[in-house]
Amino acid sequence: MAAMLSVKELYTEYASDRGPPVRAAQNVSFEVPEGKLFTLLGPSGCGKTTTLRSIAGLERPRSGEISVSSLVVYSGSKGVFIPANRRGFGMVFQSYAIWPHMDVFRNAAFPLMVGRKKYTRSQIEEKVLRVLKAVGLDHLAERDATQLSGGQQQRLALARALVMEPKLLLLDEPLSNLDAKLRERMRFELKRMQRELRITTVYVTHDQTEALALSHEIAVMNEGQIIQVGTPRAIYERPANQFVADFVGTTNFLEGTVRANDDEAGFVRVHTEIGDLKVVADDALVAGDAVVISVRPEDIELAEERRSGVNCGEGRVDQKVFIGEAVDFQVKVGERILLARAHPRVRTRLGETIYFDLHPDKCVALKSAGAVKAAA
Amino acid sequence: MQVAESLQAASAPAPSSIRQFDFKWIVIGLCVIVVLYLALVPLIFLLWQSFHTPESAAAASHFTLDNYYAAYSSSETARLFVNSLEYAAGTALFSFAVGAFLAWMNERTNTPFKRLFFGLSIIPLIIPSVLFVVAWILLGSPKIGLVNLALQRVFNTDHVFINVYSLWGMIFVDGLHYSPMAFLLMTATFRSMDPSLEESAMMSGANILQIAWQITLKLSWPAVFATLLILFVRAIESFEVPALLGLPVGIQVFTSAIYQAIHHYPSEVGLASSYGVTLLLITSFGIYFQSRMSSRGSKYATVTGKGFRPRPIDIGRWRYLAATIFVLYFLLIVGLPFLVLLWSSFQNFYSVPSMAALKNLTIEPYRFILSHPTFLQSVWNSLFLSLGTATIVMLVTSVICWIVVKTKIRGRWLLDNVASLPIVFPGLVLGLSIMIFYLNVDIGIYGTIWIMFIAYATRFMPYGIRYNTTSMLQIHKELEESAAMSGASWGTTFRMVILPLLKPGLIAGWIYIMIVSIRELSSSILLYSPGTEVMSIMIWELWENGQYVELSALGVMFIVVLFMLVMLAQWAGRKFGVREA
Repeated sequence: MAAMLSVKELYTEYASDRGPPVRAAQNVSFEVPEGKLFTLLGPSGCGKTTTLRSIAGLERPRSGEISVSSLVVYSGSKGVFIPANRRGFGMVFQSYAIWPHMDVFRNAAFPLMVGRKKYTRSQIEEKVLRVLKAVGLDHLAERDATQLSGGQQQRLALARALVMEPKLLLLDEPLSNLDAKLRERMRFELKRMQRELRITTVYVTHDQTEALALSHEIAVMNEGQIIQVGTPRAIYERPANQFVADFVGTTNFLEGTVRANDDEAGFVRVHTEIGDLKVVADDALVAGDAVVISVRPEDIELAEERRSGVNCGEGRVDQKVFIGEAVDFQVKVGERILLARAHPRVRTRLGETIYFDLHPDKCVALKSAGAVKAAA
Repeated sequence: MQVAESLQAASAPAPSSIRQFDFKWIVIGLCVIVVLYLALVPLIFLLWQSFHTPESAAAASHFTLDNYYAAYSSSETARLFVNSLEYAAGTALFSFAVGAFLAWMNERTNTPFKRLFFGLSIIPLIIPSVLFVVAWILLGSPKIGLVNLALQRVFNTDHVFINVYSLWGMIFVDGLHYSPMAFLLMTATFRSMDPSLEESAMMSGANILQIAWQITLKLSWPAVFATLLILFVRAIESFEVPALLGLPVGIQVFTSAIYQAIHHYPSEVGLASSYGVTLLLITSFGIYFQSRMSSRGSKYATVTGKGFRPRPIDIGRWRYLAATIFVLYFLLIVGLPFLVLLWSSFQNFYSVPSMAALKNLTIEPYRFILSHPTFLQSVWNSLFLSLGTATIVMLVTSVICWIVVKTKIRGRWLLDNVASLPIVFPGLVLGLSIMIFYLNVDIGIYGTIWIMFIAYATRFMPYGIRYNTTSMLQIHKELEESAAMSGASWGTTFRMVILPLLKPGLIAGWIYIMIVSIRELSSSILLYSPGTEVMSIMIWELWENGQYVELSALGVMFIVVLFMLVMLAQWAGRKFGVREA
């Protein structure tokens, strides 16, 4: 499938009033196929919003190239910069940016009234009502925008972004201002709508659950750079490095040294604080390499009876927290605390011995990056 | 229908990408040029003139230091300096003491009718200075002053209790006139102070006076000092009191000296300019320290802007005294001045109220004013100038504030400062420099109403900047960006998103500028010519001619109309200002 959006070697800087310019996006390159939802995920200040704003045309990059369905909207080398209001993209802002001096209908109709393309009154009315219906606001068309709830404002912002049927939809943390329940519901709705309309979307968020739930593909960003691009599953199950493993989800990090390659291809034997483990490795590793093993809490199987096989061991229950659908255990293995998530049926008491089993293909060996972060 | 309207509006300009882009820069460029021109030309020309001889038909102007030599070699100047400082400092302290005390009683104690009082406190601001001073002459002059006559009657003596024709009298009248300003500024300070700071002092065993002095006042010290500086600058700039009360008895300050230098024959423009530069230096220092004081005030962190609900201090039976003080204050600042004007406006010749005079009531003065040849002209001029100034200033400064607040253009802070520069100009000095400039650079506006228009726009530009900056800061950047993402050009975004969202601030600023413009006297007095009189000038001329009863009639109508305007404005503000962004 042809790439709908293509970003090549994008560099964007912020001029700051004091000191040198802030380098926000550095060497950012990615492609989004038509109809897909692509997420830029990262902590605040990682350059994800800057990248999105550069695509929108609200920020002028320093160099690089951005093209949408093979039309170049920005090119540093060719000196092309199409201003935001001529790009024709839809965008939903973090604050929704609903204009408080207009009613719902006028907010949604605004793009049709100010754009280059002219519509008749009845065309506008038809398009606006259709899009309001799609987001479930058609019965509120006459209402003042200030009288909408948070969730309704969010839908209106989406309607406004969609009303001119843009080639590209840009979403800047659209769910971050909603409360937890509503956020979950809107997540489903957003996904349904994107899948139905098949509109190419770039989504920016710092919330890994959102990213995993919505995306076809995720780019994890840190300090202005893309660290890893992959499907949600690849990002979660095979993080490329410690940053990704730590930022996306909760994980245990175990320091260790490579002993030898395992008989099975793609696996290595690693000596760690909690014993010898068979783990999966994407990088080529040789004996003596320092590595960090990442293993997710839900991939640590707990049992009250001793298990046999690879990667089995025992520890003592140090702390446990019942959270409803699961129980979080802190298991002390030697001097290490392992975080494990178990089914509520596991009722081992504090101080008692518990047995664990780690699946080799869920233990990922990452090249040690010097200082090791504590397990989350 | 709304849709159709907007459609038409949006389709009006040709939607060529290049033309739209140019249009944005044309508007911005025009606004910047207007602001730079208005703010810098008078300053530069005043400085130039103060170092040059006046140009005449016989001799071209040349460089000289004589103006300053003349100004600073005479012992007259030393006295002028001392007089000005004494007068301004006295006025500032007096108005501060009155205003701060009333503000404290109103904000921090359980005095009855507090809310009514706060509502009334804007009324004194409506009365133009020139009318206030004239009314106080009728009340406090040693021979005919009603206050003196009444007290003499009561105590059966011929002692002069109050004499407005003295330095103390000037301080009293001007201080009274500026006290509402001190009241409003100190009310804001007291309101934003965390009451727990006072409550903890009370828990430590301090009494009310100790709290007021050691905690309340000392915590608000930066605000106190800033308020004092503002009052000082206002007083040293003020023209009406020194001209009407000081000049007749030879007490000169800088403003009245400038006026005299221009108005006696031959007029000494150079000397007036060097006085003007001196006055400008004093006000610049005042404004500079005041703004530094205000920004440093945040360190005290008492002004957090949070909505505290302070519990008022119970002052027991004293609250009846406090209420009496409020009533007395209102009598002095609104009641008596307005009543005396009202009384004299129904007389054929000014006479002290008595049963005999009561029989001579007449509406002749009103008839005189309404049929006066310059009356309609001056009403029209005042309306034109105030509406025009308010509209132009608010629109131009909204673009300037957009540049300063919303863009990252380098040097935008400079634009902000330049546009706020005229705040240091006393009205009279601004009038002087504009007069000099357009006398020298003849572009055909000297002697027309346009020269006054320029003076007003310059003088009130800083207010426009202040109002627009405040509301511009409240507009989230994304509201504008989402318009751009919707395909709106800069012009469309400005017209359909920014201006509507600025509306509360725009209207408030527009009303304020309209009211101060309609009261303006000190710039106009050097710039008007026959046919371009405004209402305050007409009052001034009636005073010069000794037509007191006619003046009173005009004054009463003026105050009533201004009062209605303010009420209308407040109503409009409530109606249009509720839906803030």
